[in-house]
Parts: sequence; C-alpha cells; structure tokens
Amino acid sequence: MERSSRDYALWTIAIALVVIFALIPVLWLISISLKPPEALTDQKFIPADISFDNYKSLFEGGIDDSPFIKPLINSIGIALITTAISIVLASFCAYAIARLEFPGKRVILAGALAIAMFPPISTVGPLFDMWRALGLYDTWLGLIIPYLTFSLPLAIYVLVAFFREIPWELEQAAQVDGATPFQAFTKVIVPLAAPGVFTAAILVFIFCWNDFLFAISLTSSDASRTVPAALAFFTGESSFTAPTGSIAAAAVVVTVPIIIFVLIFQRRIVAGLTAGAVKG
Amino acid sequence: MTVNAPANPAPPEAAPKGASSRTRSERKLAWMLCAPAVVAMLLVTAYPIVYAVILSLQDVDLRFPDEGGFVGLSNYTAVLTSDLWWTDFFNTVFIMVISVAIELVLGMAIALVMYRAIFGRGVVRTSVLIPYGIITVVAAFAWQFAFAPETGFVNNLPLIPDEKDWFGGRFSSFAVIIMAEVWKTTPFMALLLLAGLVTIDSQLYEAARVDGATAWQRFTRITLPLMKPAILVALLFRTLDAFRVFDTIFIMTRGALDTESVSILGYNQLISRLNLGLGSAVSVLIFLCVFLIAFIFVRGFGAKVEEGRPGG
Repeated sequence: MERSSRDYALWTIAIALVVIFALIPVLWLISISLKPPEALTDQKFIPADISFDNYKSLFEGGIDDSPFIKPLINSIGIALITTAISIVLASFCAYAIARLEFPGKRVILAGALAIAMFPPISTVGPLFDMWRALGLYDTWLGLIIPYLTFSLPLAIYVLVAFFREIPWELEQAAQVDGATPFQAFTKVIVPLAAPGVFTAAILVFIFCWNDFLFAISLTSSDASRTVPAALAFFTGESSFTAPTGSIAAAAVVVTVPIIIFVLIFQRRIVAGLTAGAVKG
Repeated sequence: MTVNAPANPAPPEAAPKGASSRTRSERKLAWMLCAPAVVAMLLVTAYPIVYAVILSLQDVDLRFPDEGGFVGLSNYTAVLTSDLWWTDFFNTVFIMVISVAIELVLGMAIALVMYRAIFGRGVVRTSVLIPYGIITVVAAFAWQFAFAPETGFVNNLPLIPDEKDWFGGRFSSFAVIIMAEVWKTTPFMALLLLAGLVTIDSQLYEAARVDGATAWQRFTRITLPLMKPAILVALLFRTLDAFRVFDTIFIMTRGALDTESVSILGYNQLISRLNLGLGSAVSVLIFLCVFLIAFIFVRGFGAKVEEGRPGG
C-alpha cells in the first residue's frame, strides 16, 4: 500500500487531537494548582507565576488538622484492603469456573454480570439504615463491604478470562517430573497466573479509588471519608476564599501517581479491560 | 477416544451418568471455592434490594422516628405523580442518550485510529488510558474549573462568548456535564470496540477493495455488521452506566436549575432528607429502569451479554 504525505498529515492531526483531548483536564488541573490565589481568575491556561502554596496548605497542620492527609490514608487503606480480599475471593471462584465442571457455573457468571449492572444507588438507603444499626456507618469496613461486592464481578470476569488461557497441563507435567503438588502449583501455576491476578488487582483498586456515591453516603467524618468525598466537602482557607486552588492541588496529588501507574502497566490494563469482551 | 490412553493419572470427564465420586468431589470443591465470592456479592445486593422494597412500602422518615408503618404503594404514587421525578427522569435519559451516542461515534473513531494508524498507535493508547485512571470527581472538578466564568480558560478561547455563564442555565450545564462524561468514558468504549475490530478478518477488506468498494462502503458493509455484537455489548454497559450518572452532576451543579438525575434525587431523599420510605421508592424505580434497559438490549436488540463483561 502506498503512503502519501497527505495520509501522514491526516494521521498526525487525528492522533494529536486524541492526545490533546485526553491531556487537557490534567494539564489544566496542574496549572490551577500552581497559580497563586491572585492569579486564579486570570483565565490563562499556562500560569504566569508558579507557587506551591496550594500544596503546602494541603499538608499544613499535620495529620490532625490537614483536610487532606486523613482522607488520603482512608482512600489508600480502604482500596488496598478491598483489593486484597476481592482478589483472593475472585481467584478461588475464577479457578473453579475456569477449570472445574459443576452445575451452577453459568448461574454464577450471569449473577456476577447482573451485579455489574446493578445500580448502586438502590442499595444506598438500606445500607445507610443497616450500617447505622450495626455500627458500621462511617467506618472503613462500612465502605469495604460494598466495594467488595461491586468489584467482585469485575475481578471474576478478568480472572476467568486469564485463567482460561493458562496451560494447566504443565502442572501435571511438573508432577510427572517429580514435583510435589504444592511445588507444581507454586513453581509452575503461580508464575503463569500472576500477570492476570495483578491486572485484576489494578482494575479493582482503580474501581475503589474512584467511588464517590458510597463514600459520601456511608461516611460522615474524616474517620473514613475518602478523597473523592473529602474533595466535595473541601472549604477554603477562610470562608472568603474559594477552595479551587486546594481542590486542584489535592486532585493532582491523587491523579498523577495513578496516571503514572496506569501508563507503566498500560498493556495489562488494556488486556484486562477487554478480557472476555470478545470470545477468541 | 483412544484405547491405549496415555499415562494420565486423572482421566477427564468420561464419568458415568450417576456422577462418580470424582465428579462429585469436583463439584463440592468448585462450590466451596465459589461460595465466599457468591456470598460477598449477594450481601450488598440481594438483601438490600429486598430491604429497599420493604422500606419503600413504609412511612420511614428518620427525622420523625415515631411515625411510620405500612403505607402500601403511596410512596410510589407520591414519586410518580411528582413533577420532580419526571423532570429528573427526563434529565437522566437526555444525558444518557446524548453522551452514549457521542461516545459511540467518538469511541469508534478512536478505535479505528488505534487499529489503522500507520504510526503513533502506542501514543494514542497511552493517552486514552489517562481519563480511565482519573477519579470521576476529579475530572468533574477539572471541567468545572475550565468552564467556570471566573477561573476558566474556556471562555477565553476564540468563538466562545467571554461572558458565557455555563452553569447559569439548564442546557448549558448539561452540555458541560455531557462533555465531562464523554471525556471520562470514551476510552472504555474505544477499547471495547477495538477488541471487536481486531477479530475481523483483514482478507474481507482486501477482497472488498479488489471489488472496488470505497472506504465508507467497507466500513458500513463489513466493519459495522461484523462488529454488531461488540457494539451492542459496549452500548449496553455504557447505557446502564450513564443511567446511573451521579458524580459529575453532584460536583458541577448539585442538581441546581433542574439538572438533577434520578440518582441525585434518590441520594437527596435518602441521605439529605433522611426520608427512607420515599427514597427507597425512588431506588426501586431506578432498579426497575435499569432492569428494563438491560431487558430491551438483550431481548430487543439481541445483545449477547454472556460474551460481554462488567465495566471498569
């Protein structure tokens, strides 16, 4: 096929448009977060002066007085714990679905799919009521439980898709070669399954990290409020200053590490996001 | 099949009908492995939805804990005869239809760019993953700051009136909300469509080209029909997701100026007003809407959901 320079020009424009569109909000947040308060309303995309005051104010006052540190700890802790539990439960379930024959397999997959479609708002009222009665309102566990429920379908689907690709005969081959069943599993199967498990873990973590509805409905204080919910309730330094700068700085702090992480593991994430989308 | 089976310690399913002890133990193991996940999934869905139905039939208002009792369907009639529900329902469907339509077109374009690009494929894939990695609330703030008349750069752009107050009107608010939603979720659509695109046999395109088909004809006669299953699954998941729109509206307008979605209405009744009866009626109605949308896609359009996957 011949490639004209016109083709190159068109592709360059198309690619540039996609890249710019994807990057604008991130660059814009970085820009506002670096603007000193008096320059906030200059409407410029690129800040004229740079100040790190917004970032300093986020961490001012240490763990007790900072509006940001506790939510950040809550977000990281809750997302990590949920991810760990979700991946363990989903791995068991996905292993059974991928490798064993049993009645009810299709029901479990269909049920997981139904839960993925389930509107979370429909459970918010009952959970609010139940959690208050059970003492789970405004606790880490109170968020971990719903996150677990709604992340499991995602984890199960991704893991089933990966586990179906694993050449399980290798396990038996290793045993024939004299490995114990335990060795065969840890030395042969675990390394093969690890990439899929890791991918599922990234997706579950991002799911928990992103949630807002449960985070504002089932928490009321810094005891368990996560970053998205805290951002929505951010107030300015004084009641006369808008919290725009602090919100932008906090947004950058929680966004940039995740973006770097996503970009490092992009191949895995793409594979995970589209796992099972197409039956090969 | 073979008479002299190889030295395989555990022959695969050739079990007699009555389920041998091996298949029975396999079943038992499978159920034990699945049980924790199944229980965890039902814990916060099956029981709460039943509880929501019960609450929706009662007069439960936490501000007036002494009142209460069974009131039949009166919460539902109160919701369904209120203008607010129908306004919010319209808003939700409006945002859903427009944003999913734009996402489909844009997602298809990006998928084609990723699939056909002569160069820069990696750059495009890298950049589309950025919106995926960003918290929806953060993206909503970014776009809100960008469009806000005082702080934003958008009104400074050419062709856009300098004084435009985007959040001062209902439909201009919708425009910004839809744009933020589209930005956040198009990558997912594009990746799902790309996964469908790569399964198409490239020989079909070659043959069509030899027969003189134009690029547009190849797209409408080969790409679209063969991608129908992938498109339907992507549409189903995105439509259901868009119907639940909450985060972006909550951050941008909090539902002011008639921009509420049904999820915001539910939240306001349940959490802000603590009216669990009315709020649960709204919740159950949202659940029924989602069920109906899924039903229409699966039965009406023939979406093969089993081949789909939960959204991320």
